[in-house]
Amino acid sequence: MIFSMQRREVATMAAAAAALAVLAGLPLADDGFWLALGISIASYVAMATAWALFSGPTNYVSLATAAFFGSGAYVVSALAESAPWPVILIAAAAVGALLAFAVGVATLRLSGVHFVIFTFGLAELIRQLVTWYQTTVTGSVGRYIFVEISAAQIYWQLLALCGLTFFIGWAIARSRLGFALRVIGDDETVAAHSGINTAQCKVLLFCISGTLIALVGAVMAPRFTYIEPSIAYGSMVSFQVVIMALLGGARRLWGPLVGVLPFTLLYELISGRFPNHTHLLLGIAFLLIVYFVPQGVSGLLVKAWNRMPWRRAAAAGSKA
Amino acid sequence: MLTVIVVTSLLLGGAYALMAMGLTLQYGVARILNLSTGETLVGAAFASFWLFTAAKLSPLLTLLVVVPAAFVLNWLIYRYLLTPLVRRAKNRGMLEADSILATFGLLFVMQGLMLAGFGGNYYSYSYLAQPVTLFDHTFGLNRLVAFAIAAAVALGLYLGLSHTRQGMAIRAVAVNPLAAGLVAIDVPRTAGFAFALGGALTACGGSLLSMFLTFNASMGVVFTMKALIIVIMGGVGDIRGAVIAALLLALVETMVASLIDPGLTLAATFLLFVLTLLFRPQGIMGKRA
Repeated sequence: MIFSMQRREVATMAAAAAALAVLAGLPLADDGFWLALGISIASYVAMATAWALFSGPTNYVSLATAAFFGSGAYVVSALAESAPWPVILIAAAAVGALLAFAVGVATLRLSGVHFVIFTFGLAELIRQLVTWYQTTVTGSVGRYIFVEISAAQIYWQLLALCGLTFFIGWAIARSRLGFALRVIGDDETVAAHSGINTAQCKVLLFCISGTLIALVGAVMAPRFTYIEPSIAYGSMVSFQVVIMALLGGARRLWGPLVGVLPFTLLYELISGRFPNHTHLLLGIAFLLIVYFVPQGVSGLLVKAWNRMPWRRAAAAGSKA
Repeated sequence: MLTVIVVTSLLLGGAYALMAMGLTLQYGVARILNLSTGETLVGAAFASFWLFTAAKLSPLLTLLVVVPAAFVLNWLIYRYLLTPLVRRAKNRGMLEADSILATFGLLFVMQGLMLAGFGGNYYSYSYLAQPVTLFDHTFGLNRLVAFAIAAAVALGLYLGLSHTRQGMAIRAVAVNPLAAGLVAIDVPRTAGFAFALGGALTACGGSLLSMFLTFNASMGVVFTMKALIIVIMGGVGDIRGAVIAALLLALVETMVASLIDPGLTLAATFLLFVLTLLFRPQGIMGKRA
């Protein structure tokens, strides 16, 4: 079913693949500031898109990004010296999926509020548990990560993850699961009455989203060099990812991508100029987005596109 | 040992009950799931700390300043920040999602303001730190005083809600805003009042907690978490449920902290939350929908 694509979809796929190939050339041009910026943008694109995979269609706001990201990073710190890299990545993905499954089973059978509350404290909970485990069992809180991975390799892995996330998002949208999710997002009662197992759909999707975010955490871990719970589970990540996805618009697959670019630049500006006021300024930016761009930039773009003269002509033609 | 744990948790539970009653009013009546409630609490703690160190005012006196200030501030927040969301929302689910996002942003604004003012350090001050002997064990006088005030406020609130006209209006809106409007209750005004009252209660809890706890600018999240779990555990919108759940949470927390490890209090809180979700998702006093 997936392979019966329309011509337009083939063209979009080809364009996306070409864009990825071009972006993959970045480390050849520069390996300093621009590569660092590229890594941060690529990681946020992957996370914000993965976040929107779940929160976009269901309208369930997940504040657990930091929990997945940090757990992925922690798997790397625990296994870095004893396992080959692909095994570490698989382990990180498995931890992310398990965590998402546990949270999903506990909360997603109930209303969205329980889910929000649970995810709100999740990063802090895991941070406490890891700290407790490390102080009582292993004896030291911080860990060094020594892995032979260059910045360019991290960047390429992140690009691959972005590609994977988009592909999964596209595949879900045209599957039965995607259809079920759109019904759930519109009206959960209707979905349940038309025979959709709503809890199962939500848990499955949350697992996919969590796995991808944990993978981003694992890939990014070597960038930290030194890792401790308060770094890995910093609540800022959850916050940033929600802002970026909302700014871009969480209802379209390409929405978060549109949000990440301006926001990452804004963040660079704020954290560079006002390092002591990042929380305050980001909070204000967040409120402005919630109040004035509720559909996200992608919503505005689509609206503007539909107002173009040729689109209006087409709409008028189809009406007549 | 057991007496110490029970009495300590009871004394702590008083302040927890205030913040949970505040949140249950904001969420149960005004329908705003306020994720910045912990910041209100920590903000009040800082205000008391600042007035105590700078102006040598006793925290009991500053309550008279902090609580009305929180009332006005929360009313303004509801009136100007949240009312547009209430108007924009087509149904309860949309309002919930919007208010979660808006108060999430508010959380970072308030945290940013406190970080700008006080930095990331831990603060505490010493007030009424005399030992008092109770059941053959010693407790801080400040804790006892804080509990007495919390109990008085909670009792006053309960009587106010159950015996006055305004209280009846609040309970009516909690049950069904649409039907409340049909019997000539001014729903937006009542919701705004409930939200402001909730903020004032939370601030009162924060001022009382500051008398005996150490706090810093980024601690709000933990208190928000506790308040949210107490509210869900007690049954949304139910004052008695909030009090029972607050005492229960304080008891479990104190037991885990003193018998196992103080670093696991949040884990204990979450355990209670999971148990509630699995066995009684509507809360102790809640009714099945």
